[in-house]
Amino acid sequence: MTATARRAGPVLPTARGPLSHGVVHALRTARAPDPALWRRTADAEPYGDDLHLSLYVLYELHYRGFAGVGGDREWDPALLTLRRALEDRFLTALRLDVPGPRTPAEVFAELLTEPADPSGSVSHHLRRRGDLDHFRQYAALRSLYHLKEADPHAWVLPRLHGQAKAAMAAIEYDEFGAGRADQVHARLFADLMADLGLDTSYGRYLDLAPAQMLAVVDLMSLLGLHRDLRGALVGHFAWVEVTSSPASRHLAAGLRRVGAGRAAQHFYDEHVEADAVHEQVVRHQVVDGLLADEPALSADVAFGADATTFLEDRLSSHLLAAWRDGRSALRC
Amino acid sequence: MQNADEYAESPQPRRITVERDGPMVVEGPVEVVTEDGTVAVSRRFAVAVCTCRRSAAYPWCDTSHRARPPRSRGRGEDRGR
Ligand code: FES
Ligand SMILES: [Fe+2]
Ligand SMILES: [Fe+2]
Repeated sequence: MTATARRAGPVLPTARGPLSHGVVHALRTARAPDPALWRRTADAEPYGDDLHLSLYVLYELHYRGFAGVGGDREWDPALLTLRRALEDRFLTALRLDVPGPRTPAEVFAELLTEPADPSGSVSHHLRRRGDLDHFRQYAALRSLYHLKEADPHAWVLPRLHGQAKAAMAAIEYDEFGAGRADQVHARLFADLMADLGLDTSYGRYLDLAPAQMLAVVDLMSLLGLHRDLRGALVGHFAWVEVTSSPASRHLAAGLRRVGAGRAAQHFYDEHVEADAVHEQVVRHQVVDGLLADEPALSADVAFGADATTFLEDRLSSHLLAAWRDGRSALRC
Repeated sequence: MQNADEYAESPQPRRITVERDGPMVVEGPVEVVTEDGTVAVSRRFAVAVCTCRRSAAYPWCDTSHRARPPRSRGRGEDRGR
């Protein structure tokens, strides 16, 4: 990628329905979105392509934006009004579909037990049966998050205090390379992608990502951007850290088996070790610290973790079904 | 004899957090010398030292200590970081 392309930002994606068409059109033409659009959100499929691509594009204005789109669109009131309606649709569906109310203790006790039957697990599948092409598809999809790894979670820092803030900042410092640019986890993921022969340009695989992947990333952005959802953001982040180390162990073993390069193995090896630590710190200091300050957020912490399980399970089903049928998990 | 200034500059005791059936979390950086004299170094802000001896990344914890249930939970895991 050239320096100019990096400065210009990624290109706007192709629309997947009326909502995303309206959003992309408004950004491309530098005009306000059609005011009738937000009324169409009421019957949009809450986990579908159209809603999630719309949200993804609107959230991306808070990260790196898009080539040819003015930076001030981030705080365009008309776009924010539309985003709010899309978020309500998504969040309302999640609140109905996710079990609850539960306690963080219940949720994490479950997550801390290795599944006896790993048949629904993508990392187990890749470890034993993944080929190089499966790993490429997996990395292309996961790049939507990993190329901005830990960014959505940084938004929670001003909303935490004392022990929770100190511990969250320590974990984020590790995610951001502990002061070294070549150790930033997003950079390690770009190195993995290069090793697998993928294009490391930010946003390159957005058009190929199905709704199940977009929803996973939209959840992080949603929770990160709303102070009111800080408990759920912490629960979501704890979910990530608790599940990452064992999954990374499987993925590293699978990558070694298929003969992937050192950088590819290194990303997951680093996460085996780092996230075994992050798990301890996030549970005992971030979650417990937050709940000592704000005990009323207990159900929200559990919800953030359970919503992540729900969306990640949908993504796993999609990936495993595609590969079982010999299809690509990417959109074509 | 220590004067007050020296006392103020003396390092904080290093905290080690022990978890039942899990690793010891030690404030980093940490050097671990194992029986055979191998030295492992981790410069992380905190380090999880394996106490169960099942880790494939010994002396660091790799979460191999986690319990395996008798039956399936029927829930996925995965992905993350
Ligand atoms: S204590 Fe975690 S693997 Fe041994
Ligand atoms: Fe990471
Ligand atoms: Fe982590």
